[in-house]
Amino acid sequence: MKILVSIKRVADPDNASKLKVSADGKAVTSEGLEWKMNPFDDWSLEAALRLTENAAEKNARVGEVVLVSIGPNDEHTQRIIREGLAKGAERGILVEADEGTLDAGVVAAVMKAIVDKENPDLVVMGKQAADGDSNVAGTVLAERLGWPIINYAMKIKTSDDGKTLEVLRELDTGVATVKVTGPAVLTTSDRILQPDSVKNGVTPDSHQYAKLEVGGRYASLKGIMQAKKKPIDKMSFSDLGIDASKALNYTKFELPPARTGETTFVADVAELVDKLHNTAKVI
Amino acid sequence: MANVLVVAELLEGKARKTTLCAVTAAKQIAEGTGGSFDILAIGEGAAAAAAELTGYGAGKVLTAEIAGGYVCEKYAATVAETGKAYDVLVACASAYGKDLLPRAAAKLDAGVASDISAVHTDGGKLSYTRPMYAGNVSGTVEILSDKQVVTVRQSEFAAAEPSGEASPTEDVAVQDDPAAGKVEFLGVEVVKSERPDLTEADIVVSGGRALKSSENFTNVIEPLVDALGAAMGASRAACDAGYVSPELQVGQTGKVVAPKLYVAIGISGAIQHLAGMKGSKTIVAINKDKEAPIAQVADYFLVADLFDAVPAFTEAVKKL
Repeated sequence: MKILVSIKRVADPDNASKLKVSADGKAVTSEGLEWKMNPFDDWSLEAALRLTENAAEKNARVGEVVLVSIGPNDEHTQRIIREGLAKGAERGILVEADEGTLDAGVVAAVMKAIVDKENPDLVVMGKQAADGDSNVAGTVLAERLGWPIINYAMKIKTSDDGKTLEVLRELDTGVATVKVTGPAVLTTSDRILQPDSVKNGVTPDSHQYAKLEVGGRYASLKGIMQAKKKPIDKMSFSDLGIDASKALNYTKFELPPARTGETTFVADVAELVDKLHNTAKVI
Repeated sequence: MANVLVVAELLEGKARKTTLCAVTAAKQIAEGTGGSFDILAIGEGAAAAAAELTGYGAGKVLTAEIAGGYVCEKYAATVAETGKAYDVLVACASAYGKDLLPRAAAKLDAGVASDISAVHTDGGKLSYTRPMYAGNVSGTVEILSDKQVVTVRQSEFAAAEPSGEASPTEDVAVQDDPAAGKVEFLGVEVVKSERPDLTEADIVVSGGRALKSSENFTNVIEPLVDALGAAMGASRAACDAGYVSPELQVGQTGKVVAPKLYVAIGISGAIQHLAGMKGSKTIVAINKDKEAPIAQVADYFLVADLFDAVPAFTEAVKKL
């Protein structure tokens, strides 16, 4: 099985409260924040790796994972791609773009051009990027390809050599089960990091992955060494024949209003109840 | 002038309350631009759902009956075809809205502003505010395409109240989509609860990793939840550990809630969790660690062992 995984660099999401906005309100500035792999892409990469390996044999590769990152061609984007390669992906593609030129529609256009070249069996994307929080590009890509979209996959079981997938999708109100015939686009939910989330017909069904608390797997030392030799192809919009323009125009960014009021530390339950009942009047 | 189509969300043949939040946004768009709005009830039981939605001021309530469970590919072509007669398509930014609307938008070559928190109609020109970076930045965005598609954050748009006369209903034709043949709906497990819905409750009580087990949720958190008539929520860590089911997750990748009172118990307050609850009016934290990041947003903080404090809190609430 060949899988394309999109990975985006984002300003460190764990420190998003330190973001600033330029004086004219036209740009978000992330000075002092490290660039990190979008955590939602990291989960999706984990799903793709599980789908293309035999975990019982030291995660031996049985398929191919190709990473696609769209962004500035600089050390930060390259480092994020290397990180994915070190986790196990076979190769990377860096599509050069200034971040100001991207929105979900443009990202979908780029991904479609790459899909047309690479003919993968699956595209697995983060459901959203931790900066824009849009949750749109994967679905738009699927429609442009005429493929199904399976959003918020929490469990995936393949059959028929990976041509069909039975997927549990997380909803607001519960869980739906669908059977999808590939090729398809998938996004993942938090639960894709659970030890039993992927059954690929190669790794024994009884296999339990190590519990992952925050993101996808860590790269091994061997993986990090190997990643240095794996190829990253660089290409431009014009190489791909893309002439896409944005449908969204951000006119202003603002920081949310500073919180008013202080934290009142209460001494005990009695004081807490008194404050909530008599001061805040919420119980 | 913008004419708006609200895409209703149906669950087991009834309109979810999320639909009424989308109606509120649609009214703001229509009133601010001198347009009008209609509602599309699509799915199994569309006619019955349309009957529920008829008294909210819509010009028409359209129905598209589609049997079987929801998959995006079965609905999107009908939404897009119906949407051709409108300027703006609106749905709630629930898991359903965020799955369906972008596919319909792609069919219409429309840009999508997702999870918006406000509508602006200055001088009849539409723009939207939306939270980004887990709520740490808000952006104002215009959609440049001919048609606009938006999904709205439920906690920022109050459910519409019934108003005026019944709207006429009209059937629309269901459109085929070749992609629908590639997805088979096998089933859905809908989680039922006697408690208020997490996104609609006045009080939410959430537990975190410090609860340590599902039994402790049952024995420690649930009695307080019920004493307060609250909805129960949880941090991602608690959902991941299997203490409670995933649909209770509050945060950037769960539900966004803004109740009158939010009680965070044994939750440290990672930025991703704060993204889902910091709009709450009054926030209480019960935590052993007074340095926990939840203090950044808490109005009241009780530094205590939750296993002592929460049962005492529950008893005190019962006596009020």
